[in-house]
Amino acid sequence: MAFPLNSSLLNNRRLRAGLLAAPLVLFVAVTFLAPLAAMLVRSVHEPAVARALPQTLGALAQWDGRELPGKAVFRIAGSEFVALNERRALGSVATRVNRLESGMRSTLLGTARALAAEPPGDSWRQAMIAADPDWAEVSSWLALRRAGEAVTPRHYLNALDLDRGGAGEIVRQPEDRRIYVSLLLRTFAISTAITAICLLLAYPLAWLLAHARPRRAGFLLLLVLVPFWTSLLVRTTSWIVLLQNQGVINDLLVALGILAEEQRLALIYNMTGTIIAMVHVLLPFMILPLYSIMRTIPDRHMQAAASLGASHWQALRRVYWPQSLPGVAAGSLLVFILCIGFYITPALVGGRTGQLVSSMIAYHMEQSLNWGLAAALGGILLLLVALLYVIYDRLVGIEKLSLN
Amino acid sequence: MTATTNHQGARLRRWLHLGFCAAVLIFLVAPVLVVIPLSFNAEPYFTFTEGMLRLDPDAWSLRWYNNVLSEGRWLPALGKSLLIGAAATIIATTLGTLAALGLSSPAMPGRGIVMAVLLSPMVTPIIITAAGMSFFYSDLGLGQTHTALILAHAVLGAPFVVISVSASLSGYNHDLNRAAANLGADAWTTLRRVQLPLIAPGVATGALFAFATSFDEVVVVLFIGGPDQRTIPREMWSGIREQISPEILAVATFLIVFAALLLTAVNWLRQRDYARTS
Repeated sequence: MAFPLNSSLLNNRRLRAGLLAAPLVLFVAVTFLAPLAAMLVRSVHEPAVARALPQTLGALAQWDGRELPGKAVFRIAGSEFVALNERRALGSVATRVNRLESGMRSTLLGTARALAAEPPGDSWRQAMIAADPDWAEVSSWLALRRAGEAVTPRHYLNALDLDRGGAGEIVRQPEDRRIYVSLLLRTFAISTAITAICLLLAYPLAWLLAHARPRRAGFLLLLVLVPFWTSLLVRTTSWIVLLQNQGVINDLLVALGILAEEQRLALIYNMTGTIIAMVHVLLPFMILPLYSIMRTIPDRHMQAAASLGASHWQALRRVYWPQSLPGVAAGSLLVFILCIGFYITPALVGGRTGQLVSSMIAYHMEQSLNWGLAAALGGILLLLVALLYVIYDRLVGIEKLSLN
Repeated sequence: MTATTNHQGARLRRWLHLGFCAAVLIFLVAPVLVVIPLSFNAEPYFTFTEGMLRLDPDAWSLRWYNNVLSEGRWLPALGKSLLIGAAATIIATTLGTLAALGLSSPAMPGRGIVMAVLLSPMVTPIIITAAGMSFFYSDLGLGQTHTALILAHAVLGAPFVVISVSASLSGYNHDLNRAAANLGADAWTTLRRVQLPLIAPGVATGALFAFATSFDEVVVVLFIGGPDQRTIPREMWSGIREQISPEILAVATFLIVFAALLLTAVNWLRQRDYARTS
């Protein structure tokens, strides 16, 4: 009799625990996971052109793509362009086609205007080619057809510097348009460098914190936490103040006679600025995990190694370092994860050369308005972060993610 | 002989180590502190003028603080930051505390995956979150509203509540629940009268974290906020990007003081928590 009672009690507890967690799970699903899903949908789904030009695209669907489409297609397309332009809806379509074949924006808008001003009699084909010779090119029609694909991998292809050739095969972008792969690689390289610098700076300090007397350790920890709690924007402002051309550091170097007035260093609005400011921002995320692991390593281990005849460096390398590795892994992974998606600091102090992949996402979101490409770049970055997050969970454990 | 050199070597090493640590600590703290004196500069420069270094009283002034208070953009921005921050904190703290209570139960199903999902907003690059939210809320017709921003900040702050309440609960003795049940308390009474008072410091710490997160958040504001959502970080962002003026330093000083207060509060709460659980 005890058996079913116990299991129903367990079920009861399970239910209660689940019900307590459910509201936040639901909240995260709706306000966080759903927006991420919305972004991923945007990265492969762009129905605007398909919706705007249904007849043209329907007619182009049967076209073989080798020679110019037939006269009927010209007529359908031309009249659809004119009708769209009258509703002022051609501009956004033209922008999207232009991303696949540059020059198409003015081709489309110019043709629509010319056709409206002087309606062609029976030869739409002649009239359109007269309005813009691009219509005599197969590539223009191919671009139009491809822009009309509602579900498309092209944003991901573009985000990896790839494109599709005339027959739909995957080709690399022309050399001058290959920017994203090198940006991704650069983001990786810089994140690695910043993580390494953080580890180098944090390790000795974390040691000091971990093996100092409790009161002193408490005070030093407070110093580490001051910048951690200070607004990111404030810290970034500080670095602008310190590093700019007429800033505190350059003034100091000039006043001390180390630099001549005209030799002031360019420390900000470039990669140097990004690295300095990001190391500052991310250093506490390295110090704290290291500190919490090192605290558990007894002082006695180093003493024992020394009494067994190990030199200080041997003891450090063979006894202390292996025991501190969990902290090194936790801190490095965390800093690296935060690094590869960092946006605010590079955007404010990175200038032209100190930008990471996040800046490109912001650029396509806000300036070029190529949301599909922004979403695809975001999707790639999200995949990388998710992979690192899983590794972190396996290696360190998510529940250790307490940043304090 | 070798003992002496060893001893000297150890001392040298110790001094080098201390010197290195001092340099790293200066690197961490000095940039934050340098803003404070510079915010009292009488001149519109971002460096110490000669007069300031000579401690000439005329070189120091409160003019940037005056500007901040008299110019019509910082005080409304403060109001909006406080409003959005408070609302987001209430949502994050309520949901986060409940979730942490559930997660602390040994019977919680799928604990690992639930935890990974709940904490994911903390490690997802903010630019991705912001981009996704801007698509999502504009599709819903909620773009440029306080509602969207509050929900966004709540979900960004909730992981911190989950973490700090979970930490508080890790020292919690689950026998207390059974004891309360034996004494006739139902689950709700146990939660309210036994569990919550014991984990209150953790809840308060989480709430401060959540508030600080919202109070410093700018990217989501940039992407889904409109002219009616110009919070303090939003104003600072455009101040830094467009025309950086020493007013920014005055606001920054205010934010540093605010951070110091938060840190003190969290430290105090942690000691209370520690005293209770140990």
